[in-house]
Amino acid sequence: MGVIKKLPVYLEKIPGGNIVTTTLDYVFSQSRASSLWYLLFGTACCAIELMATGASRYDFDRLGMIFRASPRQSDLIIAAGTITKKMAPRLKLLYDQMAEPRYVIAMGGCTVSGGPFYYDSYAVEKGIDHIVPVDVYIPGCPPRPESLLEGCLTLQKRVKRMKIRDWS
Amino acid sequence: MSEAQGLHTKEFTLNVGPHHPSTHGVCRFVLQMEGEVITSVTPVIGYLHRALEKICENRTYEQIIPITDRFEYCTAMSCNMGFSLATEKLAGLEVPERAEYLRVIMLELNRIASHLIWFGTTSLDLGAITPFLYGFREREDILDMFEMTCGQRLTFNYIRPGGVSKDIPKAFIPVCKKFLDAFSAKVDDYERVLTENPIFIARNKDVGILKPETAIAYSVSGPSLRASGVKYDLRRDDPYSIYDRFDFEIPTRENGDCYDRYIVRIREMRESAKIVRQAIEQIPEGPIRSKVKMNFKPPAGEVYCRVENSRGEMGFYIQSVGEKMPLRVKMRGGSYNQLQVMPVLCVGHKIADLVAIMASMDIIMPDVDR
Repeated sequence: MGVIKKLPVYLEKIPGGNIVTTTLDYVFSQSRASSLWYLLFGTACCAIELMATGASRYDFDRLGMIFRASPRQSDLIIAAGTITKKMAPRLKLLYDQMAEPRYVIAMGGCTVSGGPFYYDSYAVEKGIDHIVPVDVYIPGCPPRPESLLEGCLTLQKRVKRMKIRDWS
Repeated sequence: MSEAQGLHTKEFTLNVGPHHPSTHGVCRFVLQMEGEVITSVTPVIGYLHRALEKICENRTYEQIIPITDRFEYCTAMSCNMGFSLATEKLAGLEVPERAEYLRVIMLELNRIASHLIWFGTTSLDLGAITPFLYGFREREDILDMFEMTCGQRLTFNYIRPGGVSKDIPKAFIPVCKKFLDAFSAKVDDYERVLTENPIFIARNKDVGILKPETAIAYSVSGPSLRASGVKYDLRRDDPYSIYDRFDFEIPTRENGDCYDRYIVRIREMRESAKIVRQAIEQIPEGPIRSKVKMNFKPPAGEVYCRVENSRGEMGFYIQSVGEKMPLRVKMRGGSYNQLQVMPVLCVGHKIADLVAIMASMDIIMPDVDR
């Protein structure tokens, strides 16, 4: 009962159980935040850390995050790895194929700003925010799994604050 | 095919990638299909071309080491090693005895880590989830050891021209011994899951047979070559560092199909563990790096050095004009040739076999695109 009191819900006791009354916003944002299915979009080194985060020790499933191979089924792109100028239209295409509400995490220096390839490389896109809107930036080359988890928790907090009207 | 013999289906083009979960990055294939059977394969590369070789022309020799980390991130140690070897040969630098041992320990641990990634992703591509979790469990133990030594998990910047950057901490050797003691049983576990698994065998046996003469014609190297029966390993045939001091086997198989490539890699993990064990027993005390000047200028000339990494021969060609930056650096990775041989292997197989063949060749894309 202690937990319930902190939530924005109204609890009504009836014989044989309870009725909970709350806002649609609350239900939607809670369920969106706790089932962020991400698109398996790894291009370079960060993809290995993304895999490591999904695997045994760090266990992404705790946050309700499972990878999907198709953009139609996913809510989130974790852009892990360098996006080159040749790859950039594909990222845009994948983003456009996702159903709203959709989120983007820029994982690693390359996707944040071009990273170690900022200077002297003619082929690397200098930050994916030139292509798609980014919700959370995670710096590092590559970021540790802990940073990725922290980034995902930040995104969850952000999603929980959103109202349905933001996406309608 | 028997029931379809009377049917004539029109040939069609199928695009796979560049975003596809089983192409290990951003490889793209354009396939000509007749029904489910592949008639031709055209790999399209360049989706991860980051101009690494061009960047190297504007860096000093020590600044290039972190760039080589990103060249082949699964075995970043061998990239560091290859470039350091080439630089040492060019500049005539000495490497202390202890540093050589540290290098071998790290290289072999990294080879195991890389094979574990291959083990996990291969089985994931073929539809098995458990081996992925098994493989990454042991890989984390290895990464702990790397982190203990150089503070990084994936891109190490550890092996430098003239030695290594840091000595191992006191806790390293007990941790490493504990890992090696447990590792053999862990590999048995992996084999119990896959080696005798009838589904795994059905997907892999007699699929994508690479004949030895084809492999040599396409310059395929590494475990994929050894699975075809060619006993060629740079650690034995052109020993660099101190590999001639250790006793280890070069596992080979005869058929050259996907299953043999699997067996060879599994055995290689055991052999690498054997090398690490010998190295930590023999390791002497002493300095870890010879005196190297900041921004040293090697004499003019050119040099090519190669090392055996988990995907084959990795080579670095450096051309110097006596400046503090090289004039030209060429990197050679094993994956490029393995990708070029894919059309030969895939024709006549079904579409699902493309995934199995690609997985067994252990191709990663930065190695191809650079």
